[in-house]
Amino acid sequence: MADQTIPMPGTLDAERSRSAALLEWLHSWVITVDHKKLGILYIVYALVFLLIAGAEAMAIRIQLAIPHNHFLSPELYNEFFTMHGTTMVFLVGMTLIFGFGNYFVPLMVGARDMAFPRLNAFSFWMTAFGGLLLYFSFIGGFGMYGMGSAPDITWWAYAPLTAKAFSPGHSTDYWALALIVSGFGTLGAAINILATAFSMRCRGMTLLRMPLFVWLMVVASGDTLIVITPLTAAQVMLIIDRYLGGHFFDTQAGGSATVWMHFFWIFGHPEVYVLILPAFGIASEVIQVFSRKAIFGYPAMVAASVGIAFVSLSVWAHHMFTIGMTSVSNAFFALSTMMVGIPTGIKIFNWIATMWGGKIRFATPMLFCTAFLFQFLCAGLTGIMLAVAPWDWQLHNSYFVIAHFHYTLTGSFVFCFFAAIYYWFPKIIGRMLSEKLGKWHFWLFFIGFHMTFDTMHFVGMLGMPRSIYTFEPDRGWNTLNMIVSLGGFIQAIAVLILVWNIVDSFLHGPLAGNDPWDAWTLEWSTPSPPPPYNFATDPVVRSRRPLWDIKHPNDPDWKYER
Amino acid sequence: MSSLPIFADENWRLPSRGRVAMFSLIIGESAIFTIFVVAYIYYIGRSTYGPTPQILDVPWFNTVCLLSSSISIVLSERAIERGHIRNFAAWWALTILLGVVFLAGTAMEWKRLIYSDGLSIRSNLFGTTFYSLVGLHATHVIVGLIMLSLVMILTLLGRVEQQHTERIQILSLYWHFVDAVWVVVFTVVYLVGK
Repeated sequence: MADQTIPMPGTLDAERSRSAALLEWLHSWVITVDHKKLGILYIVYALVFLLIAGAEAMAIRIQLAIPHNHFLSPELYNEFFTMHGTTMVFLVGMTLIFGFGNYFVPLMVGARDMAFPRLNAFSFWMTAFGGLLLYFSFIGGFGMYGMGSAPDITWWAYAPLTAKAFSPGHSTDYWALALIVSGFGTLGAAINILATAFSMRCRGMTLLRMPLFVWLMVVASGDTLIVITPLTAAQVMLIIDRYLGGHFFDTQAGGSATVWMHFFWIFGHPEVYVLILPAFGIASEVIQVFSRKAIFGYPAMVAASVGIAFVSLSVWAHHMFTIGMTSVSNAFFALSTMMVGIPTGIKIFNWIATMWGGKIRFATPMLFCTAFLFQFLCAGLTGIMLAVAPWDWQLHNSYFVIAHFHYTLTGSFVFCFFAAIYYWFPKIIGRMLSEKLGKWHFWLFFIGFHMTFDTMHFVGMLGMPRSIYTFEPDRGWNTLNMIVSLGGFIQAIAVLILVWNIVDSFLHGPLAGNDPWDAWTLEWSTPSPPPPYNFATDPVVRSRRPLWDIKHPNDPDWKYER
Repeated sequence: MSSLPIFADENWRLPSRGRVAMFSLIIGESAIFTIFVVAYIYYIGRSTYGPTPQILDVPWFNTVCLLSSSISIVLSERAIERGHIRNFAAWWALTILLGVVFLAGTAMEWKRLIYSDGLSIRSNLFGTTFYSLVGLHATHVIVGLIMLSLVMILTLLGRVEQQHTERIQILSLYWHFVDAVWVVVFTVVYLVGK
């Protein structure tokens, strides 16, 4: 603004005002407390890091495509798989769920903003700077010869590898501090989602009328409160060990490396449920809209989600079967892990029952959600296999485990969030994404995904351990690894198609209108993109599908819904 | 469920967002403390060298001060609910005073431990777990005191009125949480762990 009060002579004037306008526009994004703008910031930030972490994955796959490869140095290889895991979980996964949560929870419950808009902005910037701090380690984390060095301790960072003696320099500190900083951001975002969903609902939006996406965000945020904080506590302990000479994980002084494992996985396992629960929410919205049927068994879906969140808190040590726990602990964690299969089974059956007899439209969001159903089932089945302790003794830390969790995180989480992008892009931007490019994206990603991760199961069962830099040519893993790498590149091409689709549709896509999918939740009653403060008048809701009631006044849901 | 009125609009009540947020924060903080308490309990008696918990003196006076500050803050909540700002300010000031006494007591305890008993955070495993757990709690007391003092300053400036009752009550929730955590820390460190 200050620039505009000083008149500039000559041709510079026009140039100046354009740059001033640009500055003002950028400034408006930095100071914004609007939940929609912050939601977009979260999502864009997540997509940028998705590309970065994806590029790291591609470098890893080039390195592993053929035996005795030297595409990456061993040090860089360790840094890349550490950063790939850390980035995907904390900077892509968590920011995607809170991005969509931020944008759509207030809209779906009929509120004008989040409960605490300024806390919301604070949370985003904490998360953002946490991510920048992590990536600054590439240039700032004093490694050998003054070069930067990124963390190379794997994303679960077992002690004593993180001790000062084994991880000199600052790369490990960057890792711990970045996760503490972004952890506070996540905590703030979770509190905000909970307060919004409980205290900002419009008239008539009782808890059992909330859209399932909101419910799943509530459950995931509740879980976040009790699982991100243990990670923060463990990171504080690690920092105390590294900076103040503490002995938490120092086995020489009586400390224990196993305690770190427990603390990390008390965070680490529920964390994947925190990620997958909002993905379930997206699937629940997309599947009912594109099957043209109300969701089957809404109360059971809610109960199953809460059940998953509770059971997920008692399963962490199935990551630790090989460290030699007592047989009682092994049995307990094996059984509790298998229990997760019950509520997730309920959900899968309900989704299928929703599709059953529906008039299914296979638009891109529905394609992604249908693939999700199948892939999530496979992921659950390998999960139950790995929950059997003796099976895990055989396959622990092999590529079978990598295949299993990429089936949940890529095959389920990422597929659902791609569905969310295609489903909600028209609402956020006001333009449709290209269906043609969307289909290309889906089929390439689907084929690439199965080439990569189906094959990984076999290479794992043939004994290939995770996190290895290279392998001998006589192990019988050569062809399989080449297939895995090729599949990875097909997925990369698919993601680039998505990026092109987003850019192109942002500029030239056909206008979407308020409600392109003929959907039923409140966000589709607003213009696309929604105006500031969302609703001109506070909406009033009488059923779980308020827009259905408006569109079908002779046959409204509230007549039948109990 | 079938008894749910279709027009729930008439008396539409929602929980206070401040309370929901504060309870959420308290749940999250409880998880942090749980991890530190579990670490403390697990590491009791595992130090391979250096001072042991026998050097600790049970801080009864401190504990009484901190716990009674919960009573004084309840009294101040009641005062502001009835609009007695003067009484509110008095009880609020007493709460802050009791908190400061607690912190001073901790400082003196730590000074004795460091200089006469030679126990620092790096001297052995017991030192590490002791200072981090008690220090984590003391950090929360400090944060609480900063917030209480802000309210005190605003009260002295005449900015706090009866309409702020709910905010005061939400802030008090945090202080009650800090006190409740002390009961756990005190039991674990000074009664069980000694």
